Amino acid sequence: MAEADNTPEQKPAAEPSTAAVPEATKAAETAKAATPAAAPAAPKPPAIPPKPNVLTATPWEGEIPSRLKRSYGSGVETTITVGQKFAVVDHTVAHEVLRTLRDDFNFNYLVDETAVHFPKKPLAFEMVWILYSFASNQRIRVKAAVAEGAEVLTVTDLWPTANWMEREIFDMFGIKFAGHPDLRRILMPPDWNGHPLRKDHAVNQQDEAWVKANLGIESAQ
Amino acid sequence: MGEGEPRNRERAMSESKFYDTLYDVEPGHTFLDADELVLNMGPQHPSTHGVLRVILKLDGEKVLGTECVVGYLHRGIEKVAESRTYVQFNPYVDRLDYVAAVSNGLGYCLAIEKLVSVEAPKRAQYLRVILTELNRLASHQVWLGTHALDIGAITPLFYVFREREDILDVFEKFFGARLTTHAFRIGGCARDAYAGFEKDVLTFCDKQDKRLNEYEELLTGNRIWIDRTKGVGVISPEACIAIGLTGPPLRGSGVKWDLRKAQPYSSYEDFDFEIPIGKNGDTYDRYLVRIEEMRQSLRIIRQAVAGLPEGPVMAKVPKILKPPAGDVYHSIEAPKGELGFYVVSDGTTNPYRMRVRPPSFINLQALEQMVAGQLVADVVAIIGTLDIVLGEVDR
Repeated sequence: MAEADNTPEQKPAAEPSTAAVPEATKAAETAKAATPAAAPAAPKPPAIPPKPNVLTATPWEGEIPSRLKRSYGSGVETTITVGQKFAVVDHTVAHEVLRTLRDDFNFNYLVDETAVHFPKKPLAFEMVWILYSFASNQRIRVKAAVAEGAEVLTVTDLWPTANWMEREIFDMFGIKFAGHPDLRRILMPPDWNGHPLRKDHAVNQQDEAWVKANLGIESAQ
Repeated sequence: MGEGEPRNRERAMSESKFYDTLYDVEPGHTFLDADELVLNMGPQHPSTHGVLRVILKLDGEKVLGTECVVGYLHRGIEKVAESRTYVQFNPYVDRLDYVAAVSNGLGYCLAIEKLVSVEAPKRAQYLRVILTELNRLASHQVWLGTHALDIGAITPLFYVFREREDILDVFEKFFGARLTTHAFRIGGCARDAYAGFEKDVLTFCDKQDKRLNEYEELLTGNRIWIDRTKGVGVISPEACIAIGLTGPPLRGSGVKWDLRKAQPYSSYEDFDFEIPIGKNGDTYDRYLVRIEEMRQSLRIIRQAVAGLPEGPVMAKVPKILKPPAGDVYHSIEAPKGELGFYVVSDGTTNPYRMRVRPPSFINLQALEQMVAGQLVADVVAIIGTLDIVLGEVDR
C-alpha cells in the first residue's frame, strides 16, 4: 500500500485532540457551575489536569529506521506524527544519512530544505530536509539540530535543487553551508544586514543604513 | 543624479558571477571586442512575467550562461505568518501565486487541518475540488496567453482572457472577490454554493470544451509555433527530479506523477482522470501537457458537480485555534507544481514557523540548465514554459 500522507492512519491520532477540546471545556463548565452552588457536592473527580497540547507521536519502525539506527547509532530517533514520518539525527551524520536514504532507499527527490530558529535551545537551529521517493510513494523528514555559527554540510552534491534552498536558508537565518558552490543571498539585497527569519529579528525591522543609502529615505516603514 | 548611476550599475552587477566578464576585460580588448557579452534582462521586462531579472552571458545569439536575480517582490510572508494567528494568515497565502489563489488557500487549509486533525465535510471537499480545478483552468489560461504572446502569437491572449473572465465571474459570485479570493476556511468553506452555482459551472464547462479546440487550432499545428517550441528547453526526466521540477514541466518530460493521484487529498480519489505526459521534455510537450490538463480538469469538475453531496460545508473547529505542538508538512498539486506548507506549531495561536515550498521558486532554478546553448529568443519561451509567478518565487 502506498504510504501516503492522507491514509486513514491518521484517524486514530484525530480522536484524542478533537475529542479532548469539548471534554475539557465541559469539565471546566461543570466545575464552574459546581463551585458557587455548594461545596459538599463535589464527589466527581477533581478537574482533569490539562493534557499537554502536543501532537501524538508513535515510534516509527521498519526497514529504514532500523538501518539508520544500526549505521548511525542510537542517537537516531524515528517518529510518526499524524501519519508523517521523520527521523532526528545528529547534524554531523546528517549528510551521510541523507546519502543513505537517497542511494539505498531511493529517496531521489528533495522536496524541501529549510530551517527553524529556536533561540532558547542550546542548539539554536533545526535543519529540516523533506525527501520523497517516487518508487515507494512516501515522504519523510530528516531533522538535525545545529548550534549557532556551526557550518552544515551542503547537500547540493546529492540533489542540485538544494542550491537555492540553501541560499535562502543562508539569507534568512545566516546558517553557512560548507561546500556550497554559490552561497550568496537570494531574496534580500546582497549587502543587507540581518537575517529576517531569526526570532530576534522583529517583523518590521530593517537595515536602516541600507535603506538610507539606497532608497534615499529615512525609513521604509 | 547622473553621478550615482554608473556606481549603481556597477554595484548591481558586482554580486553577479559574470562580474569578471563585464569589468575585467583583458588589456587591449575593449568591451565590444570581447566575444562574450553580458546582457541584463529585467527586472522591468514584459516577458519575465513580473520582476524577474535574468543576467545572460552571450556569444552572439547563443546563451552561454544565465543567472537569475530574484527577491524584488519579497514581502516576507513567512515572517509575517509568525505574528498572525492561523486564521488571520489564511488570506495572505492568496498573495503567493496570485493567479492561483484558490489553490494556495486549499494547500494552506489542508496543512492546518492536518495539524489540528480536522477533516472538511464531504460537500466542502467536493466544492473545493470544483473551485480548485476552475482555478487550475484560469491559471493555465493565463499561462497560455502570456506564453504565446512572448513567442509572438498575439491572438490567443484575447481569447484566453475572455474565457478566464467566466471563471472569475463564478469566483466573484462565490467568494465576493475575483483574484485574492480567501476561498476556504480551516475546516471547510466559509459559505455554501450560491443558487445556480452548478448550472454556471456546467455552462462554462460545455463552452470551454469548444474553446480548447479553438486554442489548439491556432497553435498545435501552427508551423511557427512548432518551430519556436519543438526541441526548445529540453530537460530529461532524471534532470527534472534532480533539480526538483514538479508539475507540468515534470510531466512534460514523461514522468507520470501527480500528487492528486499519488497522494490524493480532498477526495481526489473519487474522480476518474488521466495524467497527461509528454515524451520529449521540450516546450512543445509541456504545452500539450497543459492543454490536456485543462481537459482533465473539466472532466473532474463535471464529475464533482454530478456527485456533489448534500450536507454541511464546515467542520467543527474551535473559534480560537491552538493546534498541538509539533510540525506538519502537507502539499498539493498546484497548477505550477508541488505547493507545500511546512508548519511548526508551539501550541499557541500563532504559527512558530511557516515555510512555504513554492513550486515557482524551485522550478525557476531549472532555467539555467534549460537555456544553456539556446538562442536569446528562446529564453523568453523557456521562462514562459516554466510558468512562474514572481509573487510565489519571492514570497
